[in-house]
Amino acid sequence: MSIVGIAFTPADATGIQAFAAALGMPFRLVQITGDPNTSCGAQQILSAGLEDIPPADGLVSSLEGVVQGASHIVAVSSMASKDVMARLAGVLDCAMVTDVVSADSPSTFKRPIVAGTLVETVEASGAPIVLTFRPAGFTKRPPERASEVESFSISPSKVRVTQAAHKSGGRPDLTQASVVVSGGRPLKDRETFESVIGGLADTLGGAAGATRAAVDSGIAPNELQVGQTGKIVAPDLYIAAGISGSTQHMAGIKDSKCIVAINKDPDAPIFEVADLGLVADLFEAIPAIRNLLGK
Amino acid sequence: MRILIPVKRVVDPFSKVRPLPDGSGIDTTGIKFEINPFDEIAVEEAVRLREKNPDIEIVVVSIGSGDCEEQLRKALAMGADRAILVETTHLFDSLGIAKELKAIVDTEQPSFVLMGKQATDYDCNQVAQMLAAKLGWPQACFASAISINGQALTVNRETDLGVESVEIPMPCVITTDLRLNEPRFVALPGIIKARSKPLDRIPPSATPAPVTRTVKIESPGARPPGRKVASVEELVSELKSRGVLPA
Repeated sequence: MSIVGIAFTPADATGIQAFAAALGMPFRLVQITGDPNTSCGAQQILSAGLEDIPPADGLVSSLEGVVQGASHIVAVSSMASKDVMARLAGVLDCAMVTDVVSADSPSTFKRPIVAGTLVETVEASGAPIVLTFRPAGFTKRPPERASEVESFSISPSKVRVTQAAHKSGGRPDLTQASVVVSGGRPLKDRETFESVIGGLADTLGGAAGATRAAVDSGIAPNELQVGQTGKIVAPDLYIAAGISGSTQHMAGIKDSKCIVAINKDPDAPIFEVADLGLVADLFEAIPAIRNLLGK
Repeated sequence: MRILIPVKRVVDPFSKVRPLPDGSGIDTTGIKFEINPFDEIAVEEAVRLREKNPDIEIVVVSIGSGDCEEQLRKALAMGADRAILVETTHLFDSLGIAKELKAIVDTEQPSFVLMGKQATDYDCNQVAQMLAAKLGWPQACFASAISINGQALTVNRETDLGVESVEIPMPCVITTDLRLNEPRFVALPGIIKARSKPLDRIPPSATPAPVTRTVKIESPGARPPGRKVASVEELVSELKSRGVLPA
């Protein structure tokens, strides 16, 4: 049995290395954007070297040929991987498992359902198995030399991208940052969100996130939404400021190593899951934290 | 022009659900069922597109038990023209549903399929992409804006980095994201009118052969209880002593 890992971004490669080690299988890597990680231990690296992730139809046509013979075709969970991998499973007419958090066997996996309120154990039959996984559940491996990089070309798509999405600002990626600072509706408006939440994120070298309520009311851009239907994060430190802690939001953060809640309301549900809770006005607490950290 | 919208009957996303004692499924005792919120957004979007393009016919389809009629009637009350219920007691996985939907598409020949990006019960986010693959149609997932532009659709889609704009030729498959619209409140006259709209009940095109199987459903392990700190100073020193912040 062997794995083909589809790395949509360069950071995905170490996650795929960790997943392959957990299953005890060798893997080949297909790198879609950016420079491939040549110390991920892959037996083969195919690199498309693109700047942006191309539309799913053309990408899947080109992947079809290179995944032959693999028992598992895997990718780190992201919007891009969900878009592409499910189409690949459709083309290959095979099983797919989304958002795997652990593997009980090479064909039995655990995954959260109903906004993380339940855990499903699912068994996939046949081959190959396509899956997306959350890297937080898989222990990172030390760097290991990978093979030479070969190039990989993408088939044309029927979809024309008229304007590509580009990441704004210089902060790390929400799903890969080791620190995430998130804010809710009390942040009032975009400027306040940016200066308070963005400010603390910058102090800590982390990413900024937001609740659905904050995004819906225009306080934060869509791509910062953390939760069941937004980004799933698992940083070392998650700071939730002015967030009450809905089930849908908790679904996106519960794999974080340390959750800190700052909220004026001592009865906010977030305090039930936070490792450390501070009952305080975030507009006083956050500047005080930044002061203490000397920035 | 015809828009086909698959809708799924799901447990009310705001109910607290528990596993069955034997772990064989979700305990639905006393739980309400709703139309999957992302599918409801799809129905709303189709109705809005028809407000600008009156020649659109909106067909909704659901696969499942006879109870799915409740969700189809809701979609009809929102403005869909007719409904198809593929009535079955068989268990389908995502791939099986995609194949059933392909059979419906082959009959109905829609200009495009519009559906939720995921169902809020199993959170799989698979069926639309699998259906697009089976049809050989292009796809645009996670739409936050859709407009009809001749023989193509202009779609803003949410990505990991932000919003991307694409031109996608019809026929195609589009999935809805949260911020595409806010579904309308359906008033009583709409509900009454929906009772007399056509709803066809048909059997599945084939017996499903699932490739994924739920072995067990259980509650997740709870996070160990945390504690409250009294001050910002205590918070920062605690984070440093835990090695989460550099000392």
